[in-house]
Amino acid sequence: MGSVQGDEQAGDEQARSTADAVARRSYGKLVAFLAARTRDVAAAEDALSEAFASALTDWPRNGCPRNPEAWLLTVARRKTIDMFRATRREQASSEELHLIEEALAAPRPNEIPDERLAMMFACAHPSIDDATRAPLLLQAVLGLDAKKIASAFLTSPAAMGKRLVRAKEKIRQAGIPIRVPGREELPARLDTVLNTIYAAFSEGWADPTGADAARRDLTEESLFLSRLVVALLPEEPEAFGLLALMLHAEARRRARRSADGEFVPLAEQDQLLWDHTQIAEAESLLYRASLMGRIGRFQLEAAVQSAHVDRCCNGTSNWSQVAELYNALHALTDSPVVLINRALAIAEVSGPAAGIAAMPDQSADPRLTEYQPYWAARSELLARTGAFQEARRANEIAIGLERDPAVRQFLERRRSTFPE
Amino acid sequence: MQYLLLLYADEAGFKRMTPDQAKQGLAAYMAYTDALVKADVYKGSNRLQFISTATTVRVVDGKTQVLDGPYAYSKEQLGGYYLIDAPDLDAALSWAARCPGSGHGVVEVRPIWDMTHPPSAGA
Repeated sequence: MGSVQGDEQAGDEQARSTADAVARRSYGKLVAFLAARTRDVAAAEDALSEAFASALTDWPRNGCPRNPEAWLLTVARRKTIDMFRATRREQASSEELHLIEEALAAPRPNEIPDERLAMMFACAHPSIDDATRAPLLLQAVLGLDAKKIASAFLTSPAAMGKRLVRAKEKIRQAGIPIRVPGREELPARLDTVLNTIYAAFSEGWADPTGADAARRDLTEESLFLSRLVVALLPEEPEAFGLLALMLHAEARRRARRSADGEFVPLAEQDQLLWDHTQIAEAESLLYRASLMGRIGRFQLEAAVQSAHVDRCCNGTSNWSQVAELYNALHALTDSPVVLINRALAIAEVSGPAAGIAAMPDQSADPRLTEYQPYWAARSELLARTGAFQEARRANEIAIGLERDPAVRQFLERRRSTFPE
Repeated sequence: MQYLLLLYADEAGFKRMTPDQAKQGLAAYMAYTDALVKADVYKGSNRLQFISTATTVRVVDGKTQVLDGPYAYSKEQLGGYYLIDAPDLDAALSWAARCPGSGHGVVEVRPIWDMTHPPSAGA
């Protein structure tokens, strides 16, 4: 008795871990395959989650199938047809159902085509609400649940759930194609996909200590998505640029905070804490991108990170190079963030007064009024010119705007370094 | 799938056109319609009279209210439409971008509610 129960438990355990592994590996692939044929992301997710549930009851009893992915697709396909039959019974002819059934069959059971890239283009479609693209991508391609996504994006699970449902309905009702766009449209549309992945990464990055599991996972998941795009579009240099940029940021994660959780600026970071394997990978990606001869925002931003690493590791002063890179970025984007960083680089080359002169005009751009890095940079440059009173004022505003307690503490400590 | 392209434009712009400009504008629309027909996408289209001809009707508590004017006053007004049949939203959007109306106003793209299929499989 006991041994049978033990066997059953072992079978359960194995089925669960196989299902888990398959889910992790091929969830997005199976959802994309089904949804690309029905244009119904929600139905594909439902069918697949039922298929996983069936697997958990069937596999312990009958053993794990030789090709779990094909097994899951077969079940999910049947569930999809059932759903269509139930909701469209009056309208759908058996002929129509047969057509759907045929469309849902994999050409060869061992080769389910990978349509995750097509799915990414649908999730990051310009007709999907800007703020919903990243959450939708994380759910449809990686299978993250609304609750987890909501906590990473600092919204309530109910609100996030509603947004995701609405976006999936739009894909179906408005006929957003689940397809990789043609050569002509590709560059602009890829931009949106890359921006979406970067938005997900930045959201995870906002939690530097990695204390919040949902947000730490987000950086890992974004790296996974980014690697996927590089693998599926090996001739798009900006895809390489994005991955290189994210790897550079990730490589320095452990050095960003001291043991006491205090913010450590780049120049003071312990380089032994940097992940040099990731840095090497980023460098090689950036080099391969440069061979393709099409520069872009992400390649330039990654090149800035690469210059910082080079300076810190080899002691070479390359601030004029960094300023040049920001000039190029400024020509591509209308971002006040770029101007601020450019001003900081100029200050290193030509002195703090030149840096202050290069700062964007806050009265001309209302976004800057509430932008902490603007005030922190201003305070830093003012202090270097000796204008301590103004520096103190700018620093106070920066403290008031900062969300991260570690950075706030860093700024508070800086306050005491300004002579009265 | 069928899509309705709703053409919104500032009517004052039309009224300011010289006869030559009006002729050119009309020619652009005719060429566009031609292209839709040749691509076998065209299902129908119409231009609407100016909003000064519009009347709005609403029944409240069984009483019919008839008001002079369009439903909403805004700078850009609905001035015409195209009904097209396109494989997906991307195709519909690229037809909308080619429409002369998107150059001098805005074109809203709305999928037609397919009455043979219920709106939501889940709901």
